[in-house]
Amino acid sequence: MVSNSHPILGMILQRLALGLLSLLIVSIVIFTAVSMLPGDFASAVLGRSATPETVAAFQQNLGLDQPWPRRYFQWLAGALIGDFGNSFSNRPVSAVIGSRLFNTLKLAALTAMIAVPIAVFLGTICARYRNKPIDRFLSAITLASISLPEFFIAYVLMLFLATKLHIFPTLSSIRGSMDMLEQLHRMALPVLTLMFVTLAHMMRNTRAALIGIMSHPYIEMARLKGEPEMRIILRHALPNAIGPIASVIAINLAYLIAGVVVVEVVFVYPGIGQTMVDAVRNRDVPVVQACALIFAANYIILNLVADLVSIVSNPRLLHPR
Amino acid sequence: MKSEPQSPPIVLSVTDLRIEAKANDGWIEIVKGVNLTLRRGEVLGLVGESGAGKSTIGLAALGYFRPGCRRTRGSVRFGETDVLGLTEAKRRTLRGTQVAYVAQSAAASFNPAKRLMDQIVEAAVTRGGMQRAVAEQRAVALFRSLQLPNPEIFGKRYPHQVSGGQLQRAMTAMAMICQPDLIVFDEPTTALDVTTQVEVLVSIRRAIKEHGAAVLYISHDLAIVAQMADRVMVLRYGEAVEEAPIRQIMEAPSHPYTKSLWAVRSLQTPAKPELEPLLEVEGISAAYGRFKALEDIDFSIGKRQTLAVVGESGSGKSTLGRLIAGLMPPVKGTVKLDGKSLPTLVRQRDKDMLRRIQIIYQSADTALNPRHTIRKILGRPLTFFQSLRGAAREQRVIELLKMVELDPGYAGRYPAQLSGGQRQRVAIARALAANPDLIICDEITSALDQLVQAGILQMLADLQQRLGVSYLFITHDLEIVRAIADRVIVMSQGRIVDQGSRAEVLSPPYPDYTKLLLDSVPEMAPDWLDRLLTKRSSAVN
Amino acid sequence: MSESSLSASPASAPDRNMVQQIIHALRQAPVTALTGLVIVGIYVVAAVFAPWIAPYGEYEVVSDIPFAPWSEANLLGTDQLGRDFLTRIIYGARNSIGIAFVTTLLAFAIGGFFGIMAAALRGWVDQVFSRLVDAVMSIPDLIFTLLLLAIFGSSVLNLILIIAVLDSTRIFRISRASAMNVVTLDYVEASTARGEGLYWRIVHEILPNILPILISEFGMRFCFVFLVIAALSFLGVGLQPPMAEWGSMVRDNAVLINSGDITPLIPASAIALLTVGVNFVADWLLSKSSGLSNEE
Repeated sequence: MVSNSHPILGMILQRLALGLLSLLIVSIVIFTAVSMLPGDFASAVLGRSATPETVAAFQQNLGLDQPWPRRYFQWLAGALIGDFGNSFSNRPVSAVIGSRLFNTLKLAALTAMIAVPIAVFLGTICARYRNKPIDRFLSAITLASISLPEFFIAYVLMLFLATKLHIFPTLSSIRGSMDMLEQLHRMALPVLTLMFVTLAHMMRNTRAALIGIMSHPYIEMARLKGEPEMRIILRHALPNAIGPIASVIAINLAYLIAGVVVVEVVFVYPGIGQTMVDAVRNRDVPVVQACALIFAANYIILNLVADLVSIVSNPRLLHPR
Repeated sequence: MKSEPQSPPIVLSVTDLRIEAKANDGWIEIVKGVNLTLRRGEVLGLVGESGAGKSTIGLAALGYFRPGCRRTRGSVRFGETDVLGLTEAKRRTLRGTQVAYVAQSAAASFNPAKRLMDQIVEAAVTRGGMQRAVAEQRAVALFRSLQLPNPEIFGKRYPHQVSGGQLQRAMTAMAMICQPDLIVFDEPTTALDVTTQVEVLVSIRRAIKEHGAAVLYISHDLAIVAQMADRVMVLRYGEAVEEAPIRQIMEAPSHPYTKSLWAVRSLQTPAKPELEPLLEVEGISAAYGRFKALEDIDFSIGKRQTLAVVGESGSGKSTLGRLIAGLMPPVKGTVKLDGKSLPTLVRQRDKDMLRRIQIIYQSADTALNPRHTIRKILGRPLTFFQSLRGAAREQRVIELLKMVELDPGYAGRYPAQLSGGQRQRVAIARALAANPDLIICDEITSALDQLVQAGILQMLADLQQRLGVSYLFITHDLEIVRAIADRVIVMSQGRIVDQGSRAEVLSPPYPDYTKLLLDSVPEMAPDWLDRLLTKRSSAVN
Repeated sequence: MSESSLSASPASAPDRNMVQQIIHALRQAPVTALTGLVIVGIYVVAAVFAPWIAPYGEYEVVSDIPFAPWSEANLLGTDQLGRDFLTRIIYGARNSIGIAFVTTLLAFAIGGFFGIMAAALRGWVDQVFSRLVDAVMSIPDLIFTLLLLAIFGSSVLNLILIIAVLDSTRIFRISRASAMNVVTLDYVEASTARGEGLYWRIVHEILPNILPILISEFGMRFCFVFLVIAALSFLGVGLQPPMAEWGSMVRDNAVLINSGDITPLIPASAIALLTVGVNFVADWLLSKSSGLSNEE
């Protein structure tokens, strides 16, 4: 019985089950979207070569002639082992995505590893020196930088750091054969751009989460006990802010995902963001579906992790009555 | 009694303290030149109603100003040091070790992420120069003297694992850990139920006596301060109106405002003859999910009568009001109006049934739509129930405003432009607009100051005379019951534990719970707590 | 003793009319907000009067060579097809702002309606809508938009509908949450107890109290929608040629960056400047509506 053991175990299991459920729902949504294809889709995609025969063949290729549940489970079973069927250009989707997925993950992970600690640090500084010059300065900068389109930042960086100063290459085409340092050098501009975008959001939200915590009476009590301000932030506010900060970081990784797509296109970085955009332009639905599922799954898993962190860091749940 | 020729040294002296708070446009003075001195071993009570500046002065004694507040003049001297002349860093070293603070809501003032012991010894260990083990020993000794259960392991708990009354005592222990020279208690028992309040008051008073520090005890309730303090300062709008030893204040107040602090106690409506019942409640039970909120409730309200429902928080008294108003369905039982049974929910009742029963809420701040003018607030029920429009409606709005003793010119204002008492009067007028037979009053005066309360209660009694309306008066305050009830119901944990006429319920013999409740209400006498303790200990022996 | 003899008279707020209130608010506005207002004003003028301000026609080819340099005839040169760059930028204001505005308005209509309904009706209606929104929001916006664009194709109408529906999920959450706060207040319960119907409760009790919040959110959501459309056009899957749009102008002329020419950055800066301006104004409105809700 779950109810007899520690309640937190029950909650974690419940969240995991919920996470699995949302993955399932998202896969249904993404898959079913194809069933909403407008009737003239085949002719639109096939263009001039659309004859009744080619249209029928196209429908068969998509499996549109089979009942929905059967198609869905076939697709899902395939997806679980990395087989997303064939693209419209008749290559296996897995071959189209292939190593590009790894490149994108590398780019996103590198950005997150640098941006998250800096964002939490700067957010804490802003909360500590709230409404002081440093906070006003950083807040104005972040407000401006969340207002900028990703490609604007990307091109400005490219113009100055690549075209004018020649520090980094303008294009970031990396290959597996390159050594680590060479790859990092080429990835610098995309990573820098992504950092600008995600850091600003994360920092603002970290600051807001901390300031929310700082308005609790127990913080005033700590002040009235004579605790120094830095100790109040670190020892009194932060332990309570872990959950909120974890969830704002997870939510803001959505900006990282959106940013990845744009940045890959700007710097011609061989990742699945670019693949997805190309597929959308060619309306290559199987590839788009596969990419959407991968992005969504990553996002859901990150949010799940954040959820679990907030549960584990909540003293009321950790130490029940 | 302090009769030594040499008076003890002065711990705190405040001279001509003026503090301003930020308002919409500019600054408003909220403390207007207050002077006070406090000697070692002395307890000074600060009494006043909301907005009198008590807490602001209490915090200023620690050299602390809430964000949005600033001092414009005056000094706070702590022993020999001029606190306000120090830098913030220097002031901080005084706090927690030499000057300590006990806040109103202990539940919110303890950090939920840390064990009680870690928070209680924090100041002592980091800045009081105490060894952790020594500090913990001292904390356990304090827990014991504050009569906390299992003092040895109490500190291992997290704040959410102990009750509100225990937390409040734990905060007192936290204040005393470094043996400060001055402790400021800011309404330490206000958030507690009356029966819990007595235990906490007793523990705090014992600890203060053992400790011997100077104490600034802040409360809105003079009866409580009378149990704790030697001397009292009465504050109003940031000014001291009177300062004197406690007995003198109670027996011969020199300022009329001081006397108004027990205005409700001096109110009493004459008993009325019993008439036939208007509303009958038969065998009602109700539940929130699996929690049983009400069980087997039976009572009736006579025409032109006031029935008071009294009980502590969680006793089910508000649920009862909502149920009669049709906002919540019962699990079983019926409610009858004039002998005919009422459908359970609002949407099943016809307009006339809805008109006859009206409800007034505790807080007029949330009961009046801030985006409607008073005219619209009062006019809507007139249109809804009586189809009044245009000039006829306007005339009735003015009549209603006069009925609740408000200026008819207020019709064009918004609720935010009225004071709390005026807003509650508008809420009463809105109920009257329907021409009801029964008004359910849910703690309608508990958010108001004594004097305003007395005014509103008197007005309700007068309106009852004129209009023949019945009241179901839900309250936790026995003084209000004494003042206006014809009949009384005492509730505890969803059940009626006692009922009868005012005279029957409020005089012996009492059932156990009624006795506990009546005993727990502080009386306006300095030795009430002592008498209660003597009575209880003799009952045990 | 009557109450009025002892209690202070309520702070009598001066009764101002709308225009005076607005002037009063502007006087107290911070510099950032005023700057933002000026910027937004310039854009709106450019968008509305584009055909009169622009030197050439939107699709007019004025030069034989693509990427003509800056000159007196073409102040900012020409684009990849030899059309006047400045003209395209001015028309871009019209297309980008107009479409983003309509989309945001639609998103607010959808999200606001369902959000308030969910809060007012609660129960299963609330559950169904809230779970649906959870499901949609568990897919990152841009990815979901791309998926739907792949299926339905990138016409202007599709773009507006897709983005409006997806963005309405956030407005649903905002309006549901703020309506929930209002619904639990006693004055709404009082109107229920009086027997008022759903329409009265929504229109007279709930809506006036959440409108300030929704209005101040509008700016933020507009920026977001605007940036999404710009990003999609930049990616080549948003507004399609030959329509002038800032995002696609950046894309079509991006090659110039490699030669150190800043012209492609001009439409990008136009986007940036507008969103910064709107955000400055929105930030101010948000702090006003959260801090001093009773002032008006």
